[in-house]
Amino acid sequence: MTAVAENKPVYDGQALDLTGKSGARAFKNTLATVLIVLAFVIALIPLLWILFTVVSKGYHLLLNAEWWSQSQRGITVRREGGGAYHAIMGTLIMALITAAIAVPIAVLGAIYLVEYGKGTKAARVVSFMIDILTGVPSIVAALFVYAVWITVFGFNRVGFAVSLSLVLLMLPVVLRSTEEMLKLVPDELREASYALGVPKWKTILKVVVPTAFGGIVTGVMLGLARVMGETAPLLILVGYSKNINLNPFDGFMGALPTMINQDRTELALQPAADRVWAAALTLILLVLVLNVLARLIARFSTITSK
Amino acid sequence: MSSPDGTAPPDRPAEEPAAATEDGTGQKLDLGPVGHLGDRLFAGLARGSGGLVVAIVAFVGIFLLALAIPALADDQSSFLFSRIWEPGGDQPRFGIAAMFYTTVISSIIAMLIAVPIAIGVALFVTFYSPKRLAQPVAYAVDLLAAVPSIIYGLWGILFFAPILRPVIDGLSNALGWIPLFEKPPGDNVGVVFTASVVLAIMILPVVTAISREIFLQTPVAHREGALALGATKWEMIRMAVLPYGRSGVVSASMLGLGRALGETVAVLIILSVPNGNDPWNSSIFAGGETFASKIANNAAEFDSPEKTGAYIAAGLVLFVVTFLVNSAARIIVARSGPGGKRPRRNRRAGAPATEGASS
Repeated sequence: MTAVAENKPVYDGQALDLTGKSGARAFKNTLATVLIVLAFVIALIPLLWILFTVVSKGYHLLLNAEWWSQSQRGITVRREGGGAYHAIMGTLIMALITAAIAVPIAVLGAIYLVEYGKGTKAARVVSFMIDILTGVPSIVAALFVYAVWITVFGFNRVGFAVSLSLVLLMLPVVLRSTEEMLKLVPDELREASYALGVPKWKTILKVVVPTAFGGIVTGVMLGLARVMGETAPLLILVGYSKNINLNPFDGFMGALPTMINQDRTELALQPAADRVWAAALTLILLVLVLNVLARLIARFSTITSK
Repeated sequence: MSSPDGTAPPDRPAEEPAAATEDGTGQKLDLGPVGHLGDRLFAGLARGSGGLVVAIVAFVGIFLLALAIPALADDQSSFLFSRIWEPGGDQPRFGIAAMFYTTVISSIIAMLIAVPIAIGVALFVTFYSPKRLAQPVAYAVDLLAAVPSIIYGLWGILFFAPILRPVIDGLSNALGWIPLFEKPPGDNVGVVFTASVVLAIMILPVVTAISREIFLQTPVAHREGALALGATKWEMIRMAVLPYGRSGVVSASMLGLGRALGETVAVLIILSVPNGNDPWNSSIFAGGETFASKIANNAAEFDSPEKTGAYIAAGLVLFVVTFLVNSAARIIVARSGPGGKRPRRNRRAGAPATEGASS
C-alpha cells in the first residue's frame, strides 16, 4: 500500500511539474499583467486629461451663435465677445486649397505606382522620394516655401503659401494610403474589364478607382486632419488677422492654430483664455469629425471591410 | 512610339495569346488597346505625377542647399561644433551644436519614455483587453494622434509642467551630480525634460499603432504552441510575440523618434529660451531650443538672405537627421525578422487608420 502510494506521487509530481506554475513564474506573469494594464492606464490619462481640460474650459463659448458667425475684429484681449469665424474659414480655405493641389497629384502618383510603374526602377525612385517626403518635418517644409515664395520671388506672406507647404505634408499621406487601397483591388476585376475590351485608362477610372474609392476618401480625410492641426507653417508663412479674409492670395489670414497662438501669452486675462480654449476645442472638433468620417467611410467601403 | 506601360512593346501581338493563357497577372494587365489616345494621355498624367513627386523632393533638397551654402561660406565659426548663434551682421557666427544637442536629447528621452508604455498598450490591446474593449481602446489611443500639437504644447506648459515640477526636483536632488541631471538655478518649468515627456505622449499613438499591428501578426501557431507547452501568458508573449515583433517595434520607435525630432509647436511653447548671457547648460532640467523651435521662434529674423540661409542650413541638418532616422526604421523593417515581411492585406485590416497623426 505504501509502495503504491509512494509510486503515484512521483508520477503525479512530474505531471504537475509540466502543467502547474511555480511560484516565481506565476508571480512574473502577474507582474507582467499588472505592468501592461498600468501602461494602458498611463497612456489613457493624458488623453482624458487633455480632452477634459479643453472641453471644460472651451465649451461655453462654442454654445454662442456668435462664435460661429463673427470674427475677432476690433476685439482686444481684455474684451469678451467676437467669434472664430475668421479662423475657421481660414483653416478650411487653406486646407481645401491644399487638398485641391495634393489630392490629384497623390492619387495619380499612386495610380502610377500600382498600375503603370509596378516593379520598375522608376517606380522605386518615386517610392523612395515619397519616403523622404513622409519624413520632412513641417518646419522644414515651411522653411522651403518661405525660401521660394518670399526670399526668391519676393511675394508677400499669404494663405496660399501656407497651402503650398501643407501640400508637401499631405501628399505622402494621401499617396501612400491610396496606393495601399489600389493594391487591394483584385486583379480579377481588371482582367474582367480588359476581357471586355475596355482600355486600360477606362479600366482604372471606371473599375479600379471606384472600387477603392472609400479607402481613397479615408486617406484624404486623414491627410486633411493632419494638415489642419499644423501650426509651424502658419507661424512662418502667414500673419494672423483678426478680420475675416477669404482671399488666400492677399493679406494675412486667421486660422485656428494661430488664433490659439495669438492669445496664449495672455492667458491671465479671462476673455483671452476663454477664446484660446474655445479655439482649441473647435480645432479638435474639426479634426475629430474628419477622423470619425474617415473611419466610417473605411468601415463601409467595399474593400477594407472584406 | 513606346507603349504607355514601358513594359510591353505594342508590336508584339503574337505573344499576347500565350501571355493570356498563363496565370501570370503582370502580363495580362498590358492587354488593353495600347496606343489609344486616352490611354496615352492618362498614362502620361500618372507618370507625370510620379515624376512631379521626384521633382518636388529634388527641388526642395537642391533649393535648400543652394540657399544654405552661401550662408555657410560666410560663417565665421564652426557650423557643426559652435554653440553661438549670431547669423546677422558682417561677421556672421553660427553653429548648431546647442540645438543639435537639445533636439537629440529631448527626442531620445521622449522615445525612452514612450516605447515601453507603447509596447504595454499594444500588448494590452492585442492580448489582455476583453475583445469588446479592444477596438474602442485602440481608437482612443489613435485619438491622441488627432489632437493638434499646439494643444499639447498649451496643456503641457499650463497643466502638466506644474505636476512634473516635483519629479524634476526629486530627480535633480538624487542625481544632480551627473551634469545631465544638474539643477540649474531658478524655478523654470519650461525645461527639456518637460518637453520630452510631452513629446513622449505625442509619439505614443504612432509607436502603439505600429506595434499593435505587428503583435497581431504573430502566427497563431507560435502563440498556441507556447501555451500548449505550459507557458504562462507572459512567457508566451516573451517567447513568441516579442521576438517576432522585435524589428517592427524597433522601427516603430525610430519612426516615433523621427516625429519627435521634427516637432515644432509643442516644443516651441514649452521650452523656455535661455537668456543669451547665461552659460550653456547641458542639463535636461534647463531650457533650450531645438532646431524646429529655433526656426519657428525667429521667423521674424528672415529679413536678409544671409540670415535666412543660416536658418535654412539648420533646417537642412534637421532634415538630414530625420531622414537618417526614418531610413534606419525602414531598413530594419525591410531586412530583419519575420515581422518585416508581413502581408499587406492583413496590415490594413488590423489597423485601418493610423495616418491621422498630426505632428
